[in-house]
Amino acid sequence: MAKPILEIKNLNKDFKVKSKKALFAKPVSVRVLQDVSFQLLEGETLSIVGESGCGKTTLGRCIVRGMNATSGEVVYRTEGGEAVDFLKLKGAESKKFRKDVQMIFQDPYSSLSPRMSVYDIISEPLIANFKLPKSEVERKVSAIAEKTGLNVSYLKRYPHAFSGGQRQRIAIARALITQPRLIVCDEAVSALDVSIQAQIINLLKDLQEQYKITYIFISHDLSIVENISDRVAVMHLGKVVEMAGVDSMFKQPRHPYTEALLSAVPQPDPDLKKDRIVLEGEVPNPANPPSGCHFHPRCAYKTEKCVKEIPALRDIGDNHMAACHYAEQLTLRGARHER
Amino acid sequence: MKLLPVFGRRQESGDEPAVDKDANYSSQWRLMYVRFKKHKLARISLIVLALLYAGALFAQFLAPYGLENYDSKYVNASPMKLRFVDTEGKFHIRPFVYGLKSGRDPETMRKIFTADTKKKYPLQLFVKGERYKFLGLIPSSTHLIGVEEPGRLFLLGTDSLGRDLFSRILLGSQVSLSIPLVGVGISFVLGLIIGGVSGYFGGWLDAVIQRVIEIIRSFPTLPLWMALSAAIPPRIPVVRMYFYIVIIFAFIEWTGLARVVRGKFISLKNEDYVVAAKIAGVSDAKIIAKHLLPGFISYLVVATTLAIPGMILAETAMSFLGLGIRSPATSWGVLLQEAQKIDNIALYPWKIIPLGTVILTVLTFNFLGDGLRDAADPYKR
Repeated sequence: MAKPILEIKNLNKDFKVKSKKALFAKPVSVRVLQDVSFQLLEGETLSIVGESGCGKTTLGRCIVRGMNATSGEVVYRTEGGEAVDFLKLKGAESKKFRKDVQMIFQDPYSSLSPRMSVYDIISEPLIANFKLPKSEVERKVSAIAEKTGLNVSYLKRYPHAFSGGQRQRIAIARALITQPRLIVCDEAVSALDVSIQAQIINLLKDLQEQYKITYIFISHDLSIVENISDRVAVMHLGKVVEMAGVDSMFKQPRHPYTEALLSAVPQPDPDLKKDRIVLEGEVPNPANPPSGCHFHPRCAYKTEKCVKEIPALRDIGDNHMAACHYAEQLTLRGARHER
Repeated sequence: MKLLPVFGRRQESGDEPAVDKDANYSSQWRLMYVRFKKHKLARISLIVLALLYAGALFAQFLAPYGLENYDSKYVNASPMKLRFVDTEGKFHIRPFVYGLKSGRDPETMRKIFTADTKKKYPLQLFVKGERYKFLGLIPSSTHLIGVEEPGRLFLLGTDSLGRDLFSRILLGSQVSLSIPLVGVGISFVLGLIIGGVSGYFGGWLDAVIQRVIEIIRSFPTLPLWMALSAAIPPRIPVVRMYFYIVIIFAFIEWTGLARVVRGKFISLKNEDYVVAAKIAGVSDAKIIAKHLLPGFISYLVVATTLAIPGMILAETAMSFLGLGIRSPATSWGVLLQEAQKIDNIALYPWKIIPLGTVILTVLTFNFLGDGLRDAADPYKR
């Protein structure tokens, strides 16, 4: 059994939003992450899925500390087994672990500085984290460029000379240069063409095998998630509502929201009859969430209990966690179909 | 807007993007230069501006007469014509001017000058004339053009004291063209620092700075100038007066630049590549120096260029009203003071010529700024 590399405990994140009621009204705080807790095992790929605005990206940014969480713990276990809470680290101390956690962004057009050459972009994290002689930096950059499928002779070029797929390779090279143990991929392939998506995903998988990297893969594309991940966490309105191994989740979801998400996965079989579950109503406003289960206004299975009581995320066996009062009773449709 | 194919977003993963090879290796400034070169109007403006500034730099040498040279015999003389053909129809290789004969208009009894065709003064190069110090250092008395005494060369006529307008426009450009540069330079530094602090730190500091800027900007500028220039003591040396005036302009002008800097700081702070650098552990100072500053320095160049014409106009307006540069120093605004009276313009229309140079300068700066702005962001479509 792999050791946990990251343990997130009760992570909360509030955003202050200006109230529109009055000119000098106090800003209202909106909770976009609510009590998010999970463990991440070394070498696994955990996918985080959910609709737009559910807090996926915020969670990713809080983990890599591109954003400061409001409360909670993000405990990271170093290779030596030492546990550190990221959120309590300050200044120089936090720098020690920056190299271990990296991120790949969604849009390869905005994530690369147009004013730096590819070489400068890739070497930047290396120079920021290690004191290395120039020749060593050069050697490492060309090694990683080769690994990620970039032509070494292109390194002196500027990003505008590259296509989307190549740019994403540059972004991956930048994330890998410090030999991180954990990479957060925030919609890393959604901005790319389908054919390039496959290339990039294969690259990510190869690199994972070679370097034993742990991925947090944030995505809304469930077919990619099914392909790449070991475990999946489903988020809804800042909460994790279901979390399970990818097979268990796709075969037998335990939360009605997951069922609806899975029904949206396109099936490549034209003969297959599909009835998509179309959720009614709008995504609830996180500033003013509904009572009880946050999903109840859109849930087909709701009862009186759902309106009143907030369901807790609980283990319903086989490492399958779900936050639904009726997780055991409901028989929900998955996305795995017999061929 | 037509763009090179280089800037298009291509999604295919071909090994060799089919673009001009050079562009792949081009840095920001190189791309800017390539695009600037395509802007014809801006290129012409740049040449005109270079000529104007060269004229200002070598004004004492180019001008036939000095700043204080006057001749009460030739008050309000009209511009002279450079001639090649004399009254007898003979052609001269070397251009010449006729002498001036003063007389009176038989109807209005107004003093007028007519060409004295008996006296011919050929134009001479490198004439010895009034002594001056070139660039304030090298003493000299050579002027590029002139005519032999007792002839006079008034290419653009004279003013009410008999001073040569052409010389005075050239000498006035030294003040009119340099005040905006120095003023914008000072406001550039102020704007960069204050705007940068405001954008980077944000919070209450940002709020306070922005409110102060709003207050300064909401002042009606004319009364503010009047108040500030009233604070300049009278009869001070020209250099110090110049210095004070520049500070007055910079005091108002920096607010606009500070806003540009702040806005850019805030927008760039949240760019993915800045966040990526932060996540990678790059220090704040390095992020500012390597990501933020290069990101908006081109915009600043543009904003600065576009701020210059405003300052030229402000200096001209202030001097025109007698609030800015005062005699004996001269700027285009001071020259235009003579054009304040409508009968002056009606009778001696050449006195409005300095206005033409002001318009020319402002237009060329605007065109140049336009070209720079189009070139400034080679990455945007």
